[in-house]
Amino acid sequence: MSGIELRATLEIVLAGGFCGALGFWVLSERLAYAGESLSHGLLPGLVLAALAGAPLLLGAAGGALVAAGLIAVAARDPRVGPDTGTAVAVTGLVGLGSLLALVPDAPQRLEELLFGDPLGASDGDLAAAATLLLAGGAALAALRRPLTATSFDPAGVSALGVRPGLVRIALLGMMAAAIAVAVQGLGALLVLAVLVAPPVAVRRHVRTPGAAMLAGAAVAGAAGVAGIQLSALAGSAAGASVALVLCATAGVGAVLPGRAT
Amino acid sequence: MNAPAVLVEHLSAGYHGRPVLRDVTFAAAPGQTVCVLGPNGGGKTTLFRALVGELQPVTGRVELSGRPAYVAQTDRTRLDFPVSALDVALMGALAHGRWWLPPRRADRDAARAALWRVGLADEAGTAFGELSGGQRQRALLARALVQDAPVLLLDEPLAGVDPASAQLIDEVFAQLRAEGRTLLVSSHDVEGARGFDLVLCLNGRQVAFGPPAEALDRATIEATYGRELIVLDETGAARAVTIQHHDHGHGEP
Repeated sequence: MSGIELRATLEIVLAGGFCGALGFWVLSERLAYAGESLSHGLLPGLVLAALAGAPLLLGAAGGALVAAGLIAVAARDPRVGPDTGTAVAVTGLVGLGSLLALVPDAPQRLEELLFGDPLGASDGDLAAAATLLLAGGAALAALRRPLTATSFDPAGVSALGVRPGLVRIALLGMMAAAIAVAVQGLGALLVLAVLVAPPVAVRRHVRTPGAAMLAGAAVAGAAGVAGIQLSALAGSAAGASVALVLCATAGVGAVLPGRAT
Repeated sequence: MNAPAVLVEHLSAGYHGRPVLRDVTFAAAPGQTVCVLGPNGGGKTTLFRALVGELQPVTGRVELSGRPAYVAQTDRTRLDFPVSALDVALMGALAHGRWWLPPRRADRDAARAALWRVGLADEAGTAFGELSGGQRQRALLARALVQDAPVLLLDEPLAGVDPASAQLIDEVFAQLRAEGRTLLVSSHDVEGARGFDLVLCLNGRQVAFGPPAEALDRATIEATYGRELIVLDETGAARAVTIQHHDHGHGEP
């Protein structure tokens, strides 16, 4: 494995380790569509950062913030409905991002921003992914019990002293951070695979949320290694190869007979 | 009466600023049991949500002697969520704080003791979704026991449960009452309500409140249930059953 491949694998394993664990809660709280919307909607932020020569992480974080606000406003309009409002807002943001990326003097990076470039992982990218895994992992461990109680019994959890609204805001914050970091490796269009595919693969085969998180992290890491190797062997795009391996794993996990109800 | 464990004065509560329950006033002392009767949509769950603090009163006030435990109907829980009966009971320890740390050994011991008390000691490791309807109800009751609350709110705990589970739940209710805890139990069982200390009849408003012998007269039952009522004995003292128009899916798997 070359040095570039090693760095790419490390990037995917670190970011994927957190995303694979977080994904269990994203699915449990039915936030997959919100995650997809956020990952696509932050494209203008990524493009502006690329145009300005600023760190992509900064652009992704800013883009995610603006996208979240715009989606929240659009989804609240009762005349349109939340799904339609979100779809219109996200499509508009993707259109804006593409427009900005296709201006004549823009750097040729639209493909990278859409489909990711794990082979181009910098030291800063690796540091961001490692920070995400450590800080996000600690936050997930601390929030495991309130998350479990909220997902299991949203009607009764208030009486336990848990504020489900705050728990969901914390979850959305973690999801936004995960997308902002992982989008650099997998791109705005493919990043959702690392959040959603691992929990789909393991969901029916575990008996506790803790096991689901650990198994999801392991699946994401293994798919990252396999995807980068596939890319090296087949000469295919690295980000897309990782996403394909992740989705194939989800398909296998969903089809295999499960243990849990 | 001793200092009330539950005090509700002129409570109106609802959703988006529109009350669906109006002018409710009652009090219950420690150790008293209150049956909350009413038709579907009559305001029973709304009352409980206001008592839990999930809904802010539109008008009036609510006072409790401590944070209540709330046992929602089992069909409001996620049957496909990967937790065991022991995990569910352990959730009651969240009410004691330290939510960011793993449960202590004392919490685990309390959860196992609660499961034993509701007859589920042998099912501690069984997935919640694999339990029968009655066993699921008992697991949720175990969670409330671990919470160790002075007031328990139970939303139709006997609806659709098997006779063995119903008997166990009744026995636990008697123990809790003897411990001085106050129980508010919502129900459609008009005849069963006669076994409680007090009855609160709701139908979008408070129809009646008091001891069953005084509160459960025919006029009150008819005002509470309207067309959902069948009077079994025209000559008796309002022996009645209610018609259920819904299916909460409480049946055994």
